[in-house]
Amino acid sequence: MVSYAHFRLSYFYFDTRENTVDKKLERILPRVQKPARYVGGEFNAVMKDKSKVDTRVAFCFPDTYEIGMSNLGMRILYGVMNNMEGVWCERCFAPWGDMEQEMRQANIPLYALESFDPIRDFDIIAFSVGYEMAFPAMVNMLDLAGVPLHASERTALTPLVVAGGTAMYNCEPIADFIDLAFIGEGEEMDVELIELHRQARREGWSKHDFLVRAAQIRGIYVPSLYDVDYNDDGTVKSITAKEGAPKTVLKRIVENMDEAYYPTKTIVPSTEIVQDRVSLELFRGCIRGCRFCQAGYVYRPVRNRSEKLLRDYAIEAVEDSGYQDMTLSSLSTSDYPHLVELCDDLEDFCAQRHLTLALPSLRADNFSMALMERLQKGRKTGLTFAPEAGTQRLRDAINKNLTEEDLLASCRRAFAGGYSAVKLYFMLGLPTETDEDVLGIAKIADDVWQVWRDSTPNRSRGVRITVSTSWFVPKPHTAFQWEPQISIEEYERRVKLLRGAIRSKAIHYNWHPSPTSFMEAVISCGDRRLGRVIETAWRKGETLSAWEDYFQLERWMEAFEECGLDPHFYANRRRSEDEILPWSMISTGVSPAYFKREHALTFEGVTTPDCRTHCNACGANCLVGGTCNV
Amino acid sequence: MSKLRLIFVKEQQASYISHLDVMRTFQRVFPRAGLSIKHSNGFHPHPILSIVLPLPVGQSSECEILDFESVEESTGEGVAEALNTGMPAGLRVLDCYAASRPVREMALLRARLEMEYDNGVSEDACERIRALFAQEEVFVEKRTKHKGMTELNIVPLIHSLTLTEETGVIVADAIVAAQDPGLNPALIGAAVARHLPEIAPDFVRVRRKEVYDREMNIFR
Repeated sequence: MVSYAHFRLSYFYFDTRENTVDKKLERILPRVQKPARYVGGEFNAVMKDKSKVDTRVAFCFPDTYEIGMSNLGMRILYGVMNNMEGVWCERCFAPWGDMEQEMRQANIPLYALESFDPIRDFDIIAFSVGYEMAFPAMVNMLDLAGVPLHASERTALTPLVVAGGTAMYNCEPIADFIDLAFIGEGEEMDVELIELHRQARREGWSKHDFLVRAAQIRGIYVPSLYDVDYNDDGTVKSITAKEGAPKTVLKRIVENMDEAYYPTKTIVPSTEIVQDRVSLELFRGCIRGCRFCQAGYVYRPVRNRSEKLLRDYAIEAVEDSGYQDMTLSSLSTSDYPHLVELCDDLEDFCAQRHLTLALPSLRADNFSMALMERLQKGRKTGLTFAPEAGTQRLRDAINKNLTEEDLLASCRRAFAGGYSAVKLYFMLGLPTETDEDVLGIAKIADDVWQVWRDSTPNRSRGVRITVSTSWFVPKPHTAFQWEPQISIEEYERRVKLLRGAIRSKAIHYNWHPSPTSFMEAVISCGDRRLGRVIETAWRKGETLSAWEDYFQLERWMEAFEECGLDPHFYANRRRSEDEILPWSMISTGVSPAYFKREHALTFEGVTTPDCRTHCNACGANCLVGGTCNV
Repeated sequence: MSKLRLIFVKEQQASYISHLDVMRTFQRVFPRAGLSIKHSNGFHPHPILSIVLPLPVGQSSECEILDFESVEESTGEGVAEALNTGMPAGLRVLDCYAASRPVREMALLRARLEMEYDNGVSEDACERIRALFAQEEVFVEKRTKHKGMTELNIVPLIHSLTLTEETGVIVADAIVAAQDPGLNPALIGAAVARHLPEIAPDFVRVRRKEVYDREMNIFR
């Protein structure tokens, strides 16, 4: 490990001289790609007077600036924490490989973008992790910061290393590296945790005493307070909570979305990011209950924002940022009950500001063509639908609740209205999938093509139908958490089968030969023993593993070999419903019985209605006092 | 409609914002400040702006020029103040006024180069650099638009070059061609590194100081 003892970056915000970017940094920036992402200074970045701050938080995102700054959760919590008196929350992202190499060579430790101070000197280092494949990047960032990797090696109260985000619903693979995890939505518990940490520092508690107290905050999971024992076959034998920590940690949520903080004044990056626009969060949760979908379960229950409030937020956010694009975001935007009303209310404002509205996550069964027409103002690019599976039988088994008639009717309207491109997303390897289901994907694409021939006003323009398949990854806290992933050989066989069945030149088939999905299945369903594997793979060079440029399956396989563990045990094994799952101390509010019921209905091919049609008693209503806001 | 011109500073962190990203930033700064500017037609209307001499990434400048058209009639009064309330750190508008002179009259620019020597400036370094540029031809490698490399003689593009030595640094005050073709002043440092490798600077910092017309009158 490099020693950074004599190094400190200058605080150039309080300095008005001509060239104040730290000289070490100034020398490496011209040599790296897109240096603007490493210097902060964006409009609305929060600057505070250090003499009036007693708590420094480094809010870290274990991926690049472009990805991290596109994350709405990060923007919300940045605002929430900076609204606290005496707290300065700054941002920190993973450097791309070229910058990492330059930083290591120049002995520049990982720094926060607002102050340029090294994050190892902060009180709290907080990671937001939405994707399991970002775990190695997290370890790498701790190392770049010069912070000991393991929670057990960090004996002082600062820096406290914490993590939140949807990947924390199974944080066992990184349990060794973090002091605690936030389960659920952070708006309230982040504030409570910061207050407790402040009290601990003021009163001189030991780190252990602090963690024992922190475990009493609802939604906080302290891995070191849980002992995990294993059976000889590698499955979990027992999970024992210690020192008063709750047996089950129930996730925290914001009960009322109209009282939840929304960042209308948010950072406008000076360099292009992935989601470079206002993101208006319509609601949390999803009424649908697709059995493979982790987001659909972990964000339960559905909580809508009022339409008038959304309109005000939209106008405020657009006026403050100067953005000319806005996304209406949620897990399923066409399910927002007041969508048409909201678009009506924003129409004049959009016209006057040259503002473009984007509606992602539309369902093929309920989106309004009239609405799309109006929003797109005549420009007809393409529509994207996700039928997920090729036959009605399999769509019923995964509870997608979409019929081919609905899909074809939507396509017919679109083609008749002048659209000439449709993208269709599917998964291969879903539980119960047969060759008939795989071939059904080709049939749907062909049917869409036929519909185009019958309904287009202008055949000479041609049509482009794109079929994309991904490789199903079983996720914790879903009805498919007990299911195996199919092997890579079987996945490739099904790809070949499908490719052979697609004949029309108008249909383009995309698939990824992505071994990342295999490792994603391994880590998603991993246990605490994977910490050693992640660390070993990182030492072999895995950093930004979410990026194909940086992911190498061989390094992971070697790491498993060296740690004496079998990746197929995690990804390709059918788990018994009686087995203690590694993540069973975490609860999303959805009852274990409900998951088992949904799992059983998969094999019966029986669907479950959406929550708006009928309450299916999943249990998540316990988080909102009994009644969901459907 | 009024054709207006901004003169702005780009320094500190903003030095690392690329030309395209500066354009994108200004496209947002105008609506942020409540100023309506002319948009393009078509399905994706975007604000029309032009920055005359794109500054290479990493260099700073106190005389960047941006042209735009306001929807309302305007002399430009108050525009700088309004825009400055919504700028990223390191970007600052100095003035806004009616654009009267065509930008093609911009012929020369003055840049300050700081050539840093971490182990001190060797005794004859200034002399040797002067002698280098006293030649009729000094070639540097320059990237072409098509990603290839080409050899460029930079001497005809240098109008004047004055060197002074300070502690650990040689400061070059250079007046170079601005456009058709222009010279990136950093290439003066690159020429030193290439032809006088023993006195190659450890780092070259470049700041654009002023823009002129052909007669060396300040261009506005």
